[in-house]
Amino acid sequence: MGIQGWTYLIVALTFLLYIGIAVWSRVRTTAGFYVAGQGVPALANGMATGADWMSAASFISMAGLISFMGYDGAMYLMGWTGGYVLLALLLAPYLRKYGKYTVPEFVGDRYYSQAARVVAVVCAVFISFTYVMGQMRGVGVVFSRFLEIDINTGVVIGGAIVFLYAILGGMRGITYTQVAQYCVLIVAYLIPAVAISLQLTGNPIPQLGFGSTLVEGPSAGVYLLEAIDQIHRDLGLPEYTGAFVAGKRSLIDIAAITLALMVGTAGLPHVLIRFYTVRSARLARWSVMWALVFIALLYTTAPAVAAFARVNLIQTLHQTPYAEVPEWFTNWETTGLIQFNDRDGDGVITYGEDPETRELEIDRDIMVLANPEIANLPAWVVALVAAGGLAAALSTAAGLLLVISSSISHDLFKSILRPGMSEAQELRLARFAAGGAVLIAIYFGINPLDYVASTVAFAFGLAAASFFPILVLGVFNRRVTREAAVAGMLAGIVFTAAYIVWFKLLGWGGPEDWWLGISPEGIGSLGMLINFAVTLAVSRFTPPPPDEVRELVDRIRLPSGH
Amino acid sequence: MSADDRSDSHDPRAYWRAHLRVLGILLGIWFVASFGLGILLVRPLNALMLGGFPLGFWFAQQGSILVFVGLVFVYARWMDRLDARLSRD
Repeated sequence: MGIQGWTYLIVALTFLLYIGIAVWSRVRTTAGFYVAGQGVPALANGMATGADWMSAASFISMAGLISFMGYDGAMYLMGWTGGYVLLALLLAPYLRKYGKYTVPEFVGDRYYSQAARVVAVVCAVFISFTYVMGQMRGVGVVFSRFLEIDINTGVVIGGAIVFLYAILGGMRGITYTQVAQYCVLIVAYLIPAVAISLQLTGNPIPQLGFGSTLVEGPSAGVYLLEAIDQIHRDLGLPEYTGAFVAGKRSLIDIAAITLALMVGTAGLPHVLIRFYTVRSARLARWSVMWALVFIALLYTTAPAVAAFARVNLIQTLHQTPYAEVPEWFTNWETTGLIQFNDRDGDGVITYGEDPETRELEIDRDIMVLANPEIANLPAWVVALVAAGGLAAALSTAAGLLLVISSSISHDLFKSILRPGMSEAQELRLARFAAGGAVLIAIYFGINPLDYVASTVAFAFGLAAASFFPILVLGVFNRRVTREAAVAGMLAGIVFTAAYIVWFKLLGWGGPEDWWLGISPEGIGSLGMLINFAVTLAVSRFTPPPPDEVRELVDRIRLPSGH
Repeated sequence: MSADDRSDSHDPRAYWRAHLRVLGILLGIWFVASFGLGILLVRPLNALMLGGFPLGFWFAQQGSILVFVGLVFVYARWMDRLDARLSRD
């Protein structure tokens, strides 16, 4: 059976599995739909959080990005894992102890204000939509590259699957399909990584092979990273492991982006909501622990894959006559992900990164997608990578769609517009909202906005500048008032959004105009500080919160059962 | 942890204070492992080698993540003990 046959088979089997789980886990109550009845075991919740968190971008794009960034890639690695420490210590257990269904609901109760709740709903829906668009597109891209199905058809098929299990099973269905999806995606990521590590360094553990010596080729016996640095010096590129040198980001920018990603991670509603699904605050702490273990498994492998890909790419292609390129090169040339322009007409590939003179045009995603073929692995492994990419995209999309659905049905309708709704009516509305959100996501997957890449900076920047400060202060400072929280959120959002729109969307100014040298990707960290400062300042000049709110804060600080 | 907060941590306020101390210690380590060793000190640390890794680079792309996992594990364990003591009053 060829690559396509295997891909059809494995993708079909995984989809059947997801649908089977959806039917088995269908729900009849709003508690089941919003928070899976709060009975998910910590280990399962950790796995579900891992799949929820690791998106198409983590799975397909991250290693390729790091491969071209070298040291700078650390901002993604630390940013997207370090946030879980903040989540565990500052947010997850208290939100679980609070014990209701959504993040805006906590904001509304803690800040005794429907206005604060509405601001939170708008932020949650906006963040989730910007995020989900990229996921639906990712599903379409995987379908088109591996199965040669039209991208749009791929988006619709993926949307239909999410639709089915999100509508039937709500949070319960999403949780257990995410557990299955985590298993698929991590196996699909690790098999090629282990194989390539063995090939290049003789060590089967990528995290160790990354620091070992190469076993063959022109640099045999030299440490892998040293060999890459040497290749970079020979090509006139900044060293791979070098930090803050010409051609790389500055120290302050790396620090600002890392902080914005950490804090943004801890403030993303679809991640926070996962910790409402366990039985107690204690289990919320343990499920963050498991989540981080499962995430770290992929995140410590990714930089190794990045370095392996770097060596493979340059050593097999640089100074190679085009007539002698390996088979994977010709296979992926047809997809347009890698292209050779023979600028000097000598028929030999010269590797370089200057857009004016380089002869190879490389899409970063190829570093993960073509890995199994570069390592000469059998066709079923290639198929597994396709299924892994789909699992990563679908699981994240489902988590985001649930946030949109619960924000609309629970926070807007049940609490503000139609408080008299019965539970059956609310559940129907929640399903309807989830279905509507899937349709909108499919629409944007087919007609992507021009700025999808920069909207990710938006999602993290806004999560950092809006939710994180007021959630943390809501738990750790009893004196923070509703006026302060609304003012802080608005100040943080307006500042961050204005900076990103100014520099990214409108393009009014380049890196030399950045404040303190901080790029739009990192500005959420400054937005967060502004939010903290405004919230604390305004609290001093406004009447203190009512006694019920102080009691609420005292209660969520104690473990479950107190 | 000192002997005195051991004796009265069944009181909710002492529980919260003991908890804040745990947070302070763990967040301090979190900051040092990521922003300290992985960013601020990366260049001097890169002069040292850990096997085939320049040390600063290793902290930035591997070590910090391992430290994060360790921190969340220690936190969950530590809080289990504080919770148990609070319930035992």
